[in-house]
Order: sequence, then structure tokens, then C-alpha cells
Amino acid sequence: MIDNLPYFVVAITIILGIYTILIRKDLIKIIMGLSIIESGVNLFLITIGYRWEGVAPIYTNAPSLQMVMPTVQALTLTSIVIGVATEALMLSMVMLIWRHYKTKDVRKATKLQG
Amino acid sequence: MSVILDNLPALLIALPILGAILCPVISRISDNVRNGWVLLISALTSLTCLAVAEKVFAQGALVYTFGISAINQVIPPDSGGIPVRIIFVIDQMNAFMLVIAAIVGFCITVYSISGISRLSGKDGFYTLLMLLTAGVIGMISTGDLFNFFVFLEISSLSGAALVAYRVDKGVAAEAGLKYGALSTLGGLMFLVGIGLLFVQYNSLNIAVLASRIQLTNLDIIAFVLLFTALAMKCGAVPMHFWTPDSYSMAPSGVTAFLVVSSQASLYGLFRICFTLFGAQINPLTIGWVIIVLGVLSMFIGVTMAIPQKDVKRLMAYHAVSQTGYMLLGVGVGLAALSNMNMFESAGMMALTGGIFHIMNHALYKGLLFLTAGVIFFRCGTRNLNQLGGLGHNMKWTMIFFMIGALAIAGIPPFNGFASKLLIYESTFIFNPVLSVIAMVVSILTLASFVKVFHSMFMGPVLPEYSEVKEAPKPMLIAMGILAFLVILFGIFPQQVIDFMVTPAATALVNYPGYIHAVLGGV
Repeated sequence: MIDNLPYFVVAITIILGIYTILIRKDLIKIIMGLSIIESGVNLFLITIGYRWEGVAPIYTNAPSLQMVMPTVQALTLTSIVIGVATEALMLSMVMLIWRHYKTKDVRKATKLQG
Repeated sequence: MSVILDNLPALLIALPILGAILCPVISRISDNVRNGWVLLISALTSLTCLAVAEKVFAQGALVYTFGISAINQVIPPDSGGIPVRIIFVIDQMNAFMLVIAAIVGFCITVYSISGISRLSGKDGFYTLLMLLTAGVIGMISTGDLFNFFVFLEISSLSGAALVAYRVDKGVAAEAGLKYGALSTLGGLMFLVGIGLLFVQYNSLNIAVLASRIQLTNLDIIAFVLLFTALAMKCGAVPMHFWTPDSYSMAPSGVTAFLVVSSQASLYGLFRICFTLFGAQINPLTIGWVIIVLGVLSMFIGVTMAIPQKDVKRLMAYHAVSQTGYMLLGVGVGLAALSNMNMFESAGMMALTGGIFHIMNHALYKGLLFLTAGVIFFRCGTRNLNQLGGLGHNMKWTMIFFMIGALAIAGIPPFNGFASKLLIYESTFIFNPVLSVIAMVVSILTLASFVKVFHSMFMGPVLPEYSEVKEAPKPMLIAMGILAFLVILFGIFPQQVIDFMVTPAATALVNYPGYIHAVLGGV
């Protein structure tokens, strides 16, 4: 049970993020929702990579062939970096929309329809 | 020299990334030097793609491992039988996609040289364009799921930035934001799917996963997540709403390459269905899911296209509709796998048709978007109600548009006919209703393009466009290459099918071959 606790946190975080995207009408808050989902996914990756009583893959101290493969940790770092880039890009687009439309409400920023 | 030849697959992405990073520096010197640099990098990348593809068609699948001294050591001896490094696996299917990326990538770079000449921030544009190229080529050639995710994100991010490039009073930024947000959501779904597979099989390598997969409940969830994310990225119908916005707001050269980027996602979808889960899924069920997606995309795409006033938006809906044909062809091929007799009579032909259509679509849809871009470049509007009589002054553009329009409608001497005929014939054997729907959609496509042709090019010269000039030379060259290939593939379809398409279709179905190419005798 206590082993599965992180997965509950992951599920709650992702659901909160989806809720934010669906309910909020403010573009910045929608991007915050995406960011929350992303945190949930990163937590999920880190959780699946954790091995109880594993040996950290530091070659000078660990016995060979009994280390934990650090693939997931590497994935998470990559995913965090990608997330930062995505959010910066999307926030800059919201800035452009704000400058031209004078609104960041999704119900009003709808010049593209049909 | 042999060092370069051995490491060609690494150059596939190293060249565009190098070009992208150095582009802002070189832009400081002068515009002409930068244009030369961009053209050089683009030509070299395309040549590398073609060289790799030629090697694969001649010698079979190519496995390239990054960061090793001996070329053939895919699985390190002390790793317990898992390829721990990043590997590129290029079999005939990947090579086929590389050829598409090479042709369209080069043409749009030539086109963009004059296409964006009046806009500011060109160094950023070319940097993003080369990153997009690197992302697409990486998605096509990687053999590792996480690596696929990284390249997917590179192509989505640079694609979103390029869509928003002409801010256009905020409207393009709106389209870019939509594209960016949806791609991010899709990417995160994909990442969760990868995590679910990794936790069970301790590997990210597609071949290793394919050889170990068991179809547990977690695998089914992972399959649905991967499938949905990629179907969204390729613009299949329930998830198509980003396509018209981003295709119509991006600069035209970029739109032509966004089509290729969607097709790279389509390739990923097929790879997931045929190779990763090839041994385990029920081909009939998944095949029908793909067929239904395809039919919906075809029909809804074309019916949404007919009332459009904006020429690029109209073409974007047609792109959705044409994606439907590829899904239909490949879906029928997958569904027919459940029954060997059916596969031999109809399945293989449908698969060949669907895959051939990917290439044809990239060529004629690229051509059409480029002609629409010329018209926007010269007339400053994309509204069909305001355009008219352009045929008097823009003869070449009109001819290229006609070639593209006839090809997309599937009229005989052009390439669209060759692949559509294969799809009609084979789906008729599989299920006649599907084939009737496909033909009706083709007729509607023709009707829609006749309308566009008439309202843009026919009629008397309008006073406001009496001074309109023909497109600049680089644009004409880019469109000319694509138009030439459209006609060439239309006149000699059998040679193209024998040389590229049938090997690609065979490689896609043959998942044990893919696993064997990576893992060897294991």
C-alpha cells in the first residue's frame, strides 16, 4: 500500500491538471494546467524508476552489474527540459495574443473558426 | 571518406542541427551568405537522406548505434542482451519516409528564400525550419521510443513557433498556441505510454519491446495512449481541429513541411501498430479502428473543405481528407492480416496503395500549398471571394495549381490516380462500401478544386490585380521540382512501386525482420 502511494499522487496531479485545462477559461491558467500534468508525468517516471535497495550507478563505488540503470532519471531530466521550453514558447504566444487582442480569455480569443 | 559513409545515419540529424545552431551567427555576415548556408545545409541533408535510403533499398535494414567505436556492436557484451545506447533503425519503410522528407525539405527551403524575403527575423525562421527538419528526420529514423518522443517534441515546438511566425495581428499566435498546447498534451500522453511499457519490460528499444511484449492490461492502456497521441498529431478526424488553423496560418513553405511532419507521426502510428504490437494485437479490431478513423477523416475533411473561403484553410481540410485515404489503405492492410487469403488478394495491395499515397500526398499537397503561398505573396489575400482573373498574369502558377488539383482528385496521368486506384481496387475486394465512399470523396475533392481554380484563375483581369507579376524564380523552381515529380510518378507508377513502395510495405508487415535486424540471432 505504502509502495503505491506515489501512484495515487501521480493520478491526483494529472487529474487536477486535466480539470484545470477543461474548466478554466484563462489561457495562462490552461498552460498552468498543462504544466501540472507534466509534473504528474515526471513524478510517474521517477516513481517507476525507483528500485528498493538498489545501488546508485556511480562506477567508483558500486559493484559491477548490480547497479540500477539510470534510464528513467535521464528521461525525466530530458522531459523537464522539454517542458521548460514548451511553457516558455506557449507563454510568449499568450503574450502576443494579449498584445493584439487585449484579452486572454479563450472564449474571446477565437478569430480562427469555421 | 569511408568514415563519412559509415556514419551517414548520424549525419541525418547532425547536419540540420549544426545548420540551425550556426544560422544566427552566420546571419550576422549578410543575408546572401545566410541564404547560401541554408541552401547548402538543406541540400546536404537531402542528399544524405537519399544516400541512406539508396543504401537501405540496396542492402536491407541499417542499424546505427551512437557512441561506439565498432560499427556493428549494437548490443554491448556486458549489457545482458539489451541495446543500451541510442540506436537508429532504418528499414525500407523508414527509407521511404526519408525520401519524402528529402524531396519536400529541399523544395521548401528553396521556396522560402523568396517566400519570406519581405518578413523580418529571417535567421530565427531558418533556425526553426532546420530544427523542424531535424525533428522530422529523427522521428522517422529512430529505433527507440523515448528518442521518438524527444524528436516529436522538437518537431512540435519548432512547428508551433513557425506557425506563429507571422504574428499577423495575433491570429497566427493563436493558431501556434493551439498547435503547441495540443502537441504538448499529445506528447505527455505518449510519455505516459512509454513509462507504462518501460516499467514492465525494462527497455525503450522498439525491437526489444516488440520481442517481449505480452499484451497485459497495462500494455493495452499504453497502446491506447500511444495510438491516440499519434492519431492526434497526424490529424485524423476526431482530433483534427488544429490542422486547418495551423496549416492556414503558417507561412506556405512551412505548411508544406508540416504535412510531412504529420506524416512522420502517421509513420509512428503504423510502426506502433505493425511492429511494436505486431505480434500481439488483434489485426481485425485495430484494422477496423484505423479504417473508421480513415473514413471519418476522408468524409468530414472534404465536407468541411467545400464551404471554405480561405484557400489555405480549404486545402488544409483536404489534407485531413487525404490523410483518411492513407489510414483507409493501411487499415485495410492491417485488417486483412487476420486472414492470409484476404491479405494476399487485397491486403498487400491496400497497404501498398496507402503507403504510396503518403508520398504522393506529400508531393501534390506540398505543390498546392506552395501555389497558394505564391498567390498570397503576390496578391496579399487568401480570400477566394476577392481573388479572380489571375490566370492572365500568373501562367506558371496556374499550370502548377492545375497539376496539383488534378493529382489530388485522382485524375489519370498524375500520381494521385496511381495510389488511389490501388486503394479503390483493394478495398472493393475487402468491403465494397468503403471503396464507394472513397470514390465519392474523390469526386467531392474534384468539385471543390474546380471551384477554387475557377474563382482564382478564371475570368477577366480584376483591376486591383492587373499589375500582379509571376512568382519569383526560387518559388517557380521549387514548385517545378514538385510538379515534375507529380507527373513522373503518375506516368511511371509501377517502377516507383517496385523500387520503393512494395519493399516498404513488406518491411512494415515483417515485424520479425525488424526485431532480427536489431537483436541479431537472439
